[in-house]
Amino acid sequence: MSPDNQIVFEDVSKFYGDVLGVNRVHLSIPPGITTLVGPNGSGKTTLMNLMTGLVRPTSGRVRILGMSPSEPERLFRVLGYCTQFDSFPKGLTGHDFLYTTLRLHGKGRAEAQQLTMKALERVSMTEAAGRRVASYSKGMRQRIKLAHAICHQPTVLVLDEPLNGLDPMARAEAIALFRALAGEGLHVIISSHILHEVDRISDQVVLLSNGYVVAEGQIQAVRGEMHQEHPLQILVRCTQPGLLAARLFAQDHVAEVKMHNDRQGLLVSTRDPDLFYELLNQMVLDGSVEVSSVAPADDDVHSVYEYLIGSEGGAA
Amino acid sequence: MNAKLPWGLWWTQVLAIMRLEVKKNFARKRAIPVYLLAASPLALFVAHSIGFARGWNQCSGNEDLTMFARVFQVFVLRLAIFFSAVAVFMNLFRGEVLEKSLHYYFLAPVRREVLVVGKYLSALVVTCALFAVSTALSYLVLLSHLSQTQSRALAGPALAQLPAYLGVTVLACVGYGAVFLILGLLFRNPIFPTVGVLVWESILVFLPSILKKFSVIFYLESLCPVKAPFHGGGAMFAISADPTPAHLAVPGLLCLTAVVLVLASLYIRRMEIRYGTE
Repeated sequence: MSPDNQIVFEDVSKFYGDVLGVNRVHLSIPPGITTLVGPNGSGKTTLMNLMTGLVRPTSGRVRILGMSPSEPERLFRVLGYCTQFDSFPKGLTGHDFLYTTLRLHGKGRAEAQQLTMKALERVSMTEAAGRRVASYSKGMRQRIKLAHAICHQPTVLVLDEPLNGLDPMARAEAIALFRALAGEGLHVIISSHILHEVDRISDQVVLLSNGYVVAEGQIQAVRGEMHQEHPLQILVRCTQPGLLAARLFAQDHVAEVKMHNDRQGLLVSTRDPDLFYELLNQMVLDGSVEVSSVAPADDDVHSVYEYLIGSEGGAA
Repeated sequence: MNAKLPWGLWWTQVLAIMRLEVKKNFARKRAIPVYLLAASPLALFVAHSIGFARGWNQCSGNEDLTMFARVFQVFVLRLAIFFSAVAVFMNLFRGEVLEKSLHYYFLAPVRREVLVVGKYLSALVVTCALFAVSTALSYLVLLSHLSQTQSRALAGPALAQLPAYLGVTVLACVGYGAVFLILGLLFRNPIFPTVGVLVWESILVFLPSILKKFSVIFYLESLCPVKAPFHGGGAMFAISADPTPAHLAVPGLLCLTAVVLVLASLYIRRMEIRYGTE
């Protein structure tokens, strides 16, 4: 894929005085939804601020679709950033906030008005648009920030904890919006500590810890690289679990087998899931067991996060 | 090369910034002290006029014009415009950092130089309008009161001095505005630079000629149409022993402003958003 269609970090480090922000980051982020995951202080916001030029790298180079973040006049025609800052220019209504932003983009009055209404509609804020932002609830402020990030129809969307403060309904709407935007070919970069929701929407994840990228890629691929150190756990509900367990104990790749309390299933830990599934298929075919369900128990973002980073960040 | 520069876009962006800044900064309670400072000279001359009409005070036309010159140089230039510039220009960027809203400008496709110019012009237009109106009305009140005295013959020639006073008012906003814009960027605490400039401009009388030229008030007083005589304690304000001619003072102030705006632009271009450390 051409670097002009990617977000590229080349050996990027950022120090705030003596404090490490991020260190020696190499990343290439393709279109789709990419989630930055890590505990507080791991460098998620620093990476986003580096992408958007709000902070400058101490060393290394950042390119957004071939552009430098130090050229705001070019970059922000294609990039929208929903920051974590819960503050707004004083005295403005939601409508004024978006309209003025679009005028700053150089849009004419009619176009600015049209795009304002479209953005308000996308975040379900049309009715509250005439009220001052200062009177909005936390969830409404979050949505108007989201509208601010998308109102000029960017191709790169950077969202720092965009689900914070949203109620479950608004969260579902926001996630649907992210999916729709990613479906339109946008780069959507999201930082979040709500891991089960991240898991549902991410095409790829970047796991950060103490300023370092500890893993990146599609979550199943990342999990696959960890099988030797952290065997994959698979839940099997079946008849004859004892027989299955006996066959599994004879396999080198099986690290552990636990019988369910109701004796109707097993929890299997394996370093080679392919061999496990092959064996299970054979047993089903020769009628030794009847399987009602099989599902991996720890190949999600949460598990990968726990294995790589631990629970230091208190992620949900 | 100039033909490729998007002047039209920059102008549209400057206007958008000015509209937003005026709405944010001058339609708020925070702007009330600036309005009061602008209105205070007018209130002073209205009170003087009422006092004269009721026979509470007596003065000749020449005394009135000298009094206006003194009030203008000491109160309007050194206090009202000075502190208004502190309140308005120093907060153009510093205020946004404190309110954590500067990043919205930085996230727009606006060159940071355009942002500096837009913000400076918004503050300049409003302060110039406020103080020019205040100065004009104050002077007209004085002249209307003058025309009721035996010195009415002075009113006509005195009216011819009004454009000069208005010009000095505008240049005061231009000069102090630029100085406090850059100081607002360089200092976190506004008190120290404000006191520093105030003290510097107050001790000019004791300084050699060459140092006097590093001040705004030196050029402004050179341009005032009436030299106000200072006596006693007021003598510390009499700095123009060797006034600069207008054809040097005006370009001098404008050059100072241009230099300051260029420096501010360079600073803003390298500025990072790190509200937590402010």
